[in-house]
Amino acid sequence: MTPILDAQGLCKKFGAVTAAWGISIAVEPDTVVGLIGTNGAGKTTFVNMVTGYLKPDAGVISFKGRDVTALHPRQITRLGICRSFQIPQLYDSLTVLENVVVALGIVLRNSKRSPWARAPKVVPGHGTPVMAAAEKMLERFGLSQYRGSPARVLPEGVRKLLDIAMALAVKPEMLILDEPTSGVSSDEKFGIMDTVMNAVRSQGATVLFVEHDMEIVSRYSKRVIAFYEGKVLADGAPAHVLGDPDVRKYVVGGQVAMYASKETARA
Amino acid sequence: MRRPDSTLIALVAALLVLLMLGLLLPKWLFLFTLSLGKGLVVLGLMLLLRTGLVSFGQGLFYCLGAYAVGSLGQFFGIKDVLLLLLTGAVIGSFVAFLLGFLMARYRDIFFAMLSLAFSMILYGLLVKTAALGSTDGFNVAPPALLGRPIGGEAHQYALFALACALAFLAAVVMHVYFESPLGRLSPAIRDNEIRVEYMGASVRHAIHVKYVIAGALAGLGGALTAMTVGHIDPDLAYWTTSGEFVFVTILSGTGSVIAPFLGSLVFEVIRTYAYQYSPNTWQLVVGSALLIVIVFLPSGLWSVFWYLRRRGSS
Amino acid sequence: MREVVALLIDGIIYSSWLFIIALGLTLIYGVMKILNMAHGSLYALGAYMAATLVGYWLGHGHAPMASYGMLAVAAVIVGVIAGPLIERGLLRFMYGRDEIVLLLVTYALFLILEDAIKLIWGVDAYYVSEPYGMLGNLDLAGLTYPVYNVVLIAVSAVAGVALASVLRYTHHGKLLSAVIHDREISMAMGINVARFYLVTFTIGTMLAAIGGALTAPTVSVVPGMGVQVIVLAFAVVVVGGLGSLPGAALGALIVGLVRSAAVHYLPQVELFSIYAVMALVLIFRPKGLFAAAEVRKI
Repeated sequence: MTPILDAQGLCKKFGAVTAAWGISIAVEPDTVVGLIGTNGAGKTTFVNMVTGYLKPDAGVISFKGRDVTALHPRQITRLGICRSFQIPQLYDSLTVLENVVVALGIVLRNSKRSPWARAPKVVPGHGTPVMAAAEKMLERFGLSQYRGSPARVLPEGVRKLLDIAMALAVKPEMLILDEPTSGVSSDEKFGIMDTVMNAVRSQGATVLFVEHDMEIVSRYSKRVIAFYEGKVLADGAPAHVLGDPDVRKYVVGGQVAMYASKETARA
Repeated sequence: MRRPDSTLIALVAALLVLLMLGLLLPKWLFLFTLSLGKGLVVLGLMLLLRTGLVSFGQGLFYCLGAYAVGSLGQFFGIKDVLLLLLTGAVIGSFVAFLLGFLMARYRDIFFAMLSLAFSMILYGLLVKTAALGSTDGFNVAPPALLGRPIGGEAHQYALFALACALAFLAAVVMHVYFESPLGRLSPAIRDNEIRVEYMGASVRHAIHVKYVIAGALAGLGGALTAMTVGHIDPDLAYWTTSGEFVFVTILSGTGSVIAPFLGSLVFEVIRTYAYQYSPNTWQLVVGSALLIVIVFLPSGLWSVFWYLRRRGSS
Repeated sequence: MREVVALLIDGIIYSSWLFIIALGLTLIYGVMKILNMAHGSLYALGAYMAATLVGYWLGHGHAPMASYGMLAVAAVIVGVIAGPLIERGLLRFMYGRDEIVLLLVTYALFLILEDAIKLIWGVDAYYVSEPYGMLGNLDLAGLTYPVYNVVLIAVSAVAGVALASVLRYTHHGKLLSAVIHDREISMAMGINVARFYLVTFTIGTMLAAIGGALTAPTVSVVPGMGVQVIVLAFAVVVVGGLGSLPGAALGALIVGLVRSAAVHYLPQVELFSIYAVMALVLIFRPKGLFAAAEVRKI
């Protein structure tokens, strides 16, 4: 099967620090990939290169067969890759509903519909006009109760959900989540991931997520890629990668025993 | 059944009230018409403020619109009021379109001071241009509508009515615009540009468009003012003129399309009386009022209106 | 050839004037991230205070040469009174708010100060031209220049070098550089940022006042003389890069020379030339010639 995302030989240096040494990763469509690694290992740099925030010094990134290496984030989003942020990037003075409405409005504008269309404009991918689509999205993400609250007053977990919901509003073919559960309390994190994965499943998308929480990684990903010092250390099924001795040494650390036993218990 | 839009209703009501007031208080016609013209400039500034941008240089387009009217009348004998108004708007939008390529790259202080600088360029050019009267400027003859004179001492109400219609139209258009996807981008850009870009929209393009709209409105306002006052001079482009517009915009807030016109009227009325009684403290009053609004009422005076309304309905 | 020399000398004189004015503006911006729109009013305050003091001094028959000292005293008085008053009484409450909000606050301050000047000194013009002529004239390449202008150039050079030296070589100067880089971390390290802000603003005000005081003998001191200044100062500071001291010097030199050329060859474009240079620089270097590095946002 042709990979939906194909990164070959990505290199990136920041002065004396090399964040990427020839990273090559190919992602199959409709899968969930977890990216792990210590801080500074290169996972966020990889994500930033794929989403267009950074330009690689060398290497090529292809999305659906098309070279997207030098494109601006805006163009990459229009092509079908959307990301959420480690620190939720919201419109703080707008309400939750308005945040989603803005997102859907952009989708509508980008679809190049005729401005003279008589019928209320239907948002592509959602099948209904903007307001109805927004309400539906809030419902799907369990955010309806917050619809009138300004984004600024929301608790962290809700902010994360809204951030991800907006990324999904563009109905991307590939969704990249940057530390979706960081800063979220332990009781909330599974709820968030479940909500997100359900939403993804209903609209179909390939998911890449960067995580430090190994529980989340082992539960939700079908494939795990471990980064270390700008290189791919291991790549494969969660149990295999999380059990790999090098990964244990450089990435996961001492908690390995706990996860390993969970995996055997599940198997 | 959609709820009727309260702003549109309020606009229609305001239009009718204003037209009536014009009949009842003919001495105030000049002030009303002037406020409507300046209100157009403030409406454009309101759009920019909603986008998180403060332009200290709307005087540029305001002055261009005014001088366009004056020049067309003086050198080409063109008097048709609709044509003159259209020219004002077109010149404003054209120059804004050109400048927008540079301006849309900047924000905050840079945007404010660059816009100020460009308006001062025009000021500098006009002051040294003898053909346009240098610092004295020149007079503008009253225009005509379909051959019949409008404006001037004898036909003030006609020009006033036209101004009302113009303001009404502009307010309605902007109101609809604010509810549209591109209009909704304004507060989003103000709050989080990065997010807007990552959702696939071009912030620079959006700002460019809004700058053009603001330029058009300012040019239109300038054209109207030239015809109302009957005289134009380079001071229209001086940065303190632009500063006044900024003050009125902050005072009015960004809550409603009626606010710019209301705010302009309040400002003009207070200015007229303050100048009469104490010309050396007018700026002091304005400066202090601005400080009070910034410190205590960041959403402008309109927020007081909303607060009262909300208290009343609960 | 004579033309060119005259152009250069005029340019340098004007550049020195621009530099003194721009120095205070860029210093305040560099440290406090505030673009002080009231800078011109502080300049005017310096001029008015100088006019009053010099007028008093000479009017009471004191030694004419010492009237130059009065210019300095005027600047210090304005700096020491207006500076802390504004910083502690107003600006301090606005720190942490948007850059643009602070800009509007200083704009409000400008409006207030303009009228305050009218209320204190009235609307009539003041003339204190004695210090300007007292030092006699100088012959430079066959052209005559008042020695006063040389004093102006000297003062601006001294001010620039002094400030740069303080920043680079003294202990407090190094602390100030830390504050410029990161206010919060500096506070966390125990640096008294509030005191630095106060001192910086006072010095900036004093510099503006020096500009005004030095200008007072060369013009008629009238209300509104400061209104033009902010636009010129901004043009210089923007060309050089906001917050950069060497930038202010270079910006002043460039703008001064361009303006001088305009005045000599095509006077109609004097003002236009200044802002055209600014716009041109910005097209190629959007943040000015000596721009600070940008920090990554996400």
